[in-house]
Amino acid sequence: MLKNKLTVFGLTILTLFAIVALLAPIIAPYNPNEIVDTETLAPSAQHLFGTDDLGRDIFSRAVYGARISLTVGLVAVILALIIGILLGAVAGYFGGWVDTLVSRFIDIMLAFPSIFLILAIQAMLTPNIYNVMIVIGLTSWMGVARLVRGEYLKIRELSYVEAAQAIGCSPWRIIFRHILPNAQAPIIVAATLGMAGAILTESSLSFLGLGVQPPTPSWGNMLMDAQAYLRDAPWLAIIPGILILLTVLSFYLIGEGLRQAIDPRQDYAGS
Amino acid sequence: MLEVKNLTTVFYKDGTAVTAVDDVSFTVQKGEILGILGESGSGKSTVANSIMQLVPPPGKIISGEILFNGQDILKLSEHEMIKIRGAKIAMVFQDPFTSLNPVLTVGEQIVEAIRLHQGLNKNEAWQRAIEMLETVRINGAAERIRDYPHQFSGGMRQRVMLAMALSCQPELLLADEPTTALDVTIQAEIIKLIKELQQKFNLSVIYITHNFGIIRALCQRVIVMHGGKVVEVGTVSQIISAPKEEYTRNLVNCLQVLKS
Amino acid sequence: MKSYLRQRLIQFIPIILGVSLLSFFVMHLAPGDPTALFSDPNVNPIELARIRANWGLDKPIVVQYFYWLGNVVRGDFGTSYTTGQPVLQEILARLPATLMLMIPAYILTLLITIPLGVICAVKKESWFDNLVTFFSFAGMATPSFWLGLVLMLVFAVQLHWLPAVGMYESGITGASLFVRGFDFIRHLILPLSTMVLLSLAGITRYQRAAMLEVLGQDFIRTARAKGLPERQVIFKHALKNALIPIVTLIGLSLPDLFGGAFIIETIFAWPGMGRLGVMAIFQRNYPLIMGIVIFSAVLIMLGNLLADMAYAWVDPRIRYAKK
Repeated sequence: MLKNKLTVFGLTILTLFAIVALLAPIIAPYNPNEIVDTETLAPSAQHLFGTDDLGRDIFSRAVYGARISLTVGLVAVILALIIGILLGAVAGYFGGWVDTLVSRFIDIMLAFPSIFLILAIQAMLTPNIYNVMIVIGLTSWMGVARLVRGEYLKIRELSYVEAAQAIGCSPWRIIFRHILPNAQAPIIVAATLGMAGAILTESSLSFLGLGVQPPTPSWGNMLMDAQAYLRDAPWLAIIPGILILLTVLSFYLIGEGLRQAIDPRQDYAGS
Repeated sequence: MLEVKNLTTVFYKDGTAVTAVDDVSFTVQKGEILGILGESGSGKSTVANSIMQLVPPPGKIISGEILFNGQDILKLSEHEMIKIRGAKIAMVFQDPFTSLNPVLTVGEQIVEAIRLHQGLNKNEAWQRAIEMLETVRINGAAERIRDYPHQFSGGMRQRVMLAMALSCQPELLLADEPTTALDVTIQAEIIKLIKELQQKFNLSVIYITHNFGIIRALCQRVIVMHGGKVVEVGTVSQIISAPKEEYTRNLVNCLQVLKS
Repeated sequence: MKSYLRQRLIQFIPIILGVSLLSFFVMHLAPGDPTALFSDPNVNPIELARIRANWGLDKPIVVQYFYWLGNVVRGDFGTSYTTGQPVLQEILARLPATLMLMIPAYILTLLITIPLGVICAVKKESWFDNLVTFFSFAGMATPSFWLGLVLMLVFAVQLHWLPAVGMYESGITGASLFVRGFDFIRHLILPLSTMVLLSLAGITRYQRAAMLEVLGQDFIRTARAKGLPERQVIFKHALKNALIPIVTLIGLSLPDLFGGAFIIETIFAWPGMGRLGVMAIFQRNYPLIMGIVIFSAVLIMLGNLLADMAYAWVDPRIRYAKK
């Protein structure tokens, strides 16, 4: 897997961003919420990414923004995984009406344009970083569920499952201790793709003001302020976007690398 | 009419070369049915693929000659080889369920070969196709020609494959285990059909299989392959009564026992 | 085919009921008086009483659901806060603009992605394939609103080639059809390009994969063995098979396309349903918000149903299924 240059690229970028996020207080030269200079200064030695419309240092804001985006992504994905694995495993293992129920539920959730559903829910609540994570998690588990369900349908037919059933293991034990470890490879791939999606969703939400609330910097809400300055200070818009792109891209590349490592023969598109 | 000389085909896997066909030589006379007997992995299918030059990558023919009516077809360009495939040398494959295109009607698949190689117009080609279906004993050929492959049973699909392969009246038919995926009664019908078709069109046939019983029923001569090499050559009766190699003797005995 | 379609239609019913239930549930997350869900709460008492009666608001919640369902089925989603007009009317007025963006986006995407997918599959691992793969990944990683902003920045703000926002210049209504048409197209280019570029990214990978899978099938070998020229093998035999999964993909990508439309319409101030929805979100215009949620869900489900029917028609194994 490490042979693949692109995967290495993805891992490098991600590790870099993760370190920056973790060490944000050390790395950021200025306080991200403090006005430190004149507004909308172009990038310079003093301000690597320039200053924003209020005079805050963009580089510092971007560094803290990394923290926010990665954290939101992680929590949302974990929530989505928990729900998705539970529902998918139960549907795939028990089959019958349980499967029908879960599958219909998945279909119902998929009938909504998720971004608007999330926006609607956020509009009804008071948007803050916590409900952003939860709402994204609650609306993005369907892909994982379908994947896990598929895996369980396949694995359930294998002989070691029969053996476990024969010695009287309870279904829950079989689901979690016997089958799940064998299904983990595609789940990990799905998790990387899920992170990518969660970060994109959070940035869209924050961009529209329904995600992470200012003054807490998120790459998405930094773009919200940047719109008005498109002509005069384009770097306000370009830089956060590139950061989002690089982060999401690195997750995709890692996911693709993982997928090729698991199943090199099959070449299919992740989703 | 076919002479294979020192054919060697290798597959490149992770940097190493695996020899699938190792210095194989044999001949096929006009109007003869030659059997290639071997277990899976013996290289028998690769021989057929090599003759057609359809060895899938990462495979490659690295040496030898294949003389078809005196001409070394390994030296032909792809453009020239296309004119031979289907028209002079045809092939039928093992799995009738996956070897026909599911989204084209049976008629279309037969007709396209006819029109390509014989230059008939649409009506004439369809007429020929219907005749071919009748030759392979498909009832109601004129209606069934517009059906899709999934509407035929396995045995009938194999007949369609034969019709398709022979529609341009090739001189040589390569049959790569065409009955292995079918059940025994159907197998017998297809073998019988191949015999009839061979006589009717005076075909040369190379029949590849691991089933000695079929070879006994169908072939005059047989070559035995093992590990990519030709281990023994002879007529069927020679192989039964006086096999030269230990391997052949064991293989034949084993298969004889199973058959009875 | 009939049994396949019948099965699909039967599944449709519980799904649509489920959608209604979930929407009803989500609606009630809103704070405050339930009347706010159906119209501006600052109305006179008589109007308030009428609303309460119409939506059964003094009844238990389960009964309210049926009142609500009854109204929705008849097209009554409540009234918008800002205009006082029925929600459905507002939505339908803006729907054409959204369709004028989405349908060309769909068509353009298909026209480009199919040849791209074929070439990438046939010339696997070539520089072209790797380039397209790279751009696909980059495209999938790009936030939709950012791409829109960047395109706007380059083409409208810096180069002044195209207008930045809107669907037409104000004051153009009197001009000739030709001038209006040209103006419309000028306004359409940026939002359309954004949508197309974004959907191309994901779909091309899928199409490439579908094509690769088909090329590995046995019947391709048979086609070559017949002496068919490679061109015919690829286009007549392989592509025809590879197009079948794309039909399902059209249905599957509907939610994403809609989602994209919401954001892109907002960036470019395109007066469609998406922009209406986002504005409604900003205004906390609950009846309108919920109306759009349900309306788009219904559209998506109908689109999926259509895609299913198309699939049944296109794949002969379903169309002429053995009895």
